[in-house]
Amino acid sequence: MGNVIIICEHKNGELVKQGLSAVKAGIDVAKGTGGKSCILVMGSGMDSVKESASHYGTDMVLLVDDPALAGYTAEAYTIAAHEAIKSMQASLVLSTTSAFSKELLPRLAVRLKAGMVSDVLSISTDGGKASGFSRAMWAGSMVSDVSVDGEVIIATVRGTAFEHAPRVDTASEVKQVSVTINTQALRAKQLEVLEHKSTRPQLADAGIIVSGGRGLKGPDGFKIIEKLADLLGAAVGASRAAVDAGWVPNDLQVGQTGKIVAPGLYIAVGISGAIQHVAGMKDSKTIVAINKDPDAPIFQIADYGLVADFAKAVPELVEEIKKVK
Amino acid sequence: MKILVTIKRVSDPEAKLKIRPDGTGIQTEGVKFVVNPFDEIAVEEALRIKEKHTGEVVVVSIGDKVVTEQIRAALAMGVDRGIFVNYTGSYDSYDVAGILAKVVEQEQPDIIILGKQAVDDDMGQAGFMLAEMLGYPQAAFASKVEISDDKKTAKVTREIDGGLETKEVGLPCIITADLRLNTPRYASLPNIMKAKQKPVKEVTVDALGAVVKPHVTIKKLTEPPKRKGGVKVESVQDLVGKLKNEAKVL
Ligand SMILES: Cc1cc2nc3c(=O)[nH]c(=O)nc-3n(C[C@H](O)[C@H](O)[C@H](O)COP(=O)(O)OP(=O)(O)OC[C@H]3O[C@@H](n4cnc5c(N)ncnc54)[C@H](O)[C@@H]3O)c2cc1C
Ligand SMILES: Nc1ncnc2c1ncn2[C@@H]1O[C@H](COP(=O)(O)O)[C@@H](O)[C@H]1O
Repeated sequence: MGNVIIICEHKNGELVKQGLSAVKAGIDVAKGTGGKSCILVMGSGMDSVKESASHYGTDMVLLVDDPALAGYTAEAYTIAAHEAIKSMQASLVLSTTSAFSKELLPRLAVRLKAGMVSDVLSISTDGGKASGFSRAMWAGSMVSDVSVDGEVIIATVRGTAFEHAPRVDTASEVKQVSVTINTQALRAKQLEVLEHKSTRPQLADAGIIVSGGRGLKGPDGFKIIEKLADLLGAAVGASRAAVDAGWVPNDLQVGQTGKIVAPGLYIAVGISGAIQHVAGMKDSKTIVAINKDPDAPIFQIADYGLVADFAKAVPELVEEIKKVK
Repeated sequence: MKILVTIKRVSDPEAKLKIRPDGTGIQTEGVKFVVNPFDEIAVEEALRIKEKHTGEVVVVSIGDKVVTEQIRAALAMGVDRGIFVNYTGSYDSYDVAGILAKVVEQEQPDIIILGKQAVDDDMGQAGFMLAEMLGYPQAAFASKVEISDDKKTAKVTREIDGGLETKEVGLPCIITADLRLNTPRYASLPNIMKAKQKPVKEVTVDALGAVVKPHVTIKKLTEPPKRKGGVKVESVQDLVGKLKNEAKVL
């Protein structure tokens, strides 16, 4: 019977929403195994993060607040996470799949000499332990049930596969852990973060996503679907082809090797429906495809397919939705 | 400058896959195998660094004899030599990192480039595990790599959630390649011929002194339920009507 540690990312003094999937998963595992659930947050200048982290219903919050953690590097954060986790008897360490956790948790796994599973879809418990995990492989064309050996297990969980832990009024107990990090010795330094600024919702949080592909022919095509997105309060996504062409920023790529999303409504415009793209959006509740090729594979998974040229259909769609809204 | 690139043999991303009767793997008969696309990008980047800063590019692949096909493919792109780690058992990313750490000990490269993930298991762990085992810094999900003139540091642009980050890492370091790093070259016919003569060293896990003991074991594979296609709508009006009244999403 060990404890479950959930490593949470934060931004602007708050836990990142996506991370709450891992919190929910972690609380459920702890209930199943009789261990304690514990959020771990790391950074520099953490007063409001501490407040935010203590309201998601975990038994505890571990906090590392150190100037050495001011600019994120996986190298320094691995040391911090390891120090914090050593003070608990952890049997499972979780985080929601993200660029942050993908490069941090494997390093941590080595420090803890623990096996790791990435991007899990479900976790089962048995005999006081997390015993089984399911996850997607081969661009989502297979699901595997896996077991992991060892005293400690490390896992990232897919954000769309677990609900978000709700905010609660009672505050969890917070334990501060101090660390010593020699940043010089790490030979790693964050120089600059170029944020892709957008007033639209983030892909991970959006209830509606309008995505564009190579069929949009260029950045001007994206301007057309952005009008639709703004009318719907939707996020904009893209296929790899559109990102590779430089029409939209990299972090809009949806798919096996980009972001995995599952909104209530996903509108794919000028996207053929390659397996790598579909892997990232096939769990959306309702899928609409607009494509001028009636045989495009995307129609095989779309609830509603419209065979049309986007340049004509999307502006019409905007007008038509305005009428019914 | 010595650059080590890791390459995994994976099923072609376009291939239609079927589950093996024992349920723990895929049927390989009739399936085309390729260099993991992210590793191909890693090879290309190594060649470009060599072209600019001189040096040697070495590839390593772990698996049974057939992975030498992928080593030859990398040699045909211009890589100088290959290391084939002959291992036929099962392994996880931790084991891969453990084996690679031993290869790094022997080869002492300045830069090690891996793919950000293998597109068959989609784990995305080996590079970062290797970095931690070696105590090296890492630049994950690279979309641009610049080596300093004194060859002591690399400035790497990385694809992260919400945008791009630049990070400076001291050499020796680990880099993992993302999609936008470059477009891999095709092997020319003369280079394909030349590749046949290039050295490929075969080693075993035991000879390297690595211990393989997978933590992660696949118990069962299943095909996920297929999403059923719906209907084709006749017009934009028809679509909006269905979204409003049937799907109730507007
Ligand atoms: C290692 C690897 C990883 C990958 N990861 C991803 C990933 O994460 N995400 C991803 O998306 N892809 C990924 N891919 C790429 C994937 O295989 C496809 O190449 C890509 O998704 C195709 O993008 P697309 O649908 O925009 O372009 P295309 O396949 O070229 O399709 C364009 C579509 O637009 C339609 N069209 C053209 N003109 C119009 C018009 N005027 N109006 C309406 N429709 C029009 C065409 O009929 C066509 O169906 C990956 C590939 C590899 C090898
Ligand atoms: N069998 C292997 N041989 C050589 N390199 C490998 C092997 N398996 C994984 N790798 C490398 O590790 C990276 C990440 O793999 P993974 O952790 O399985 O997603 C891949 O892109 C490869 O560069």
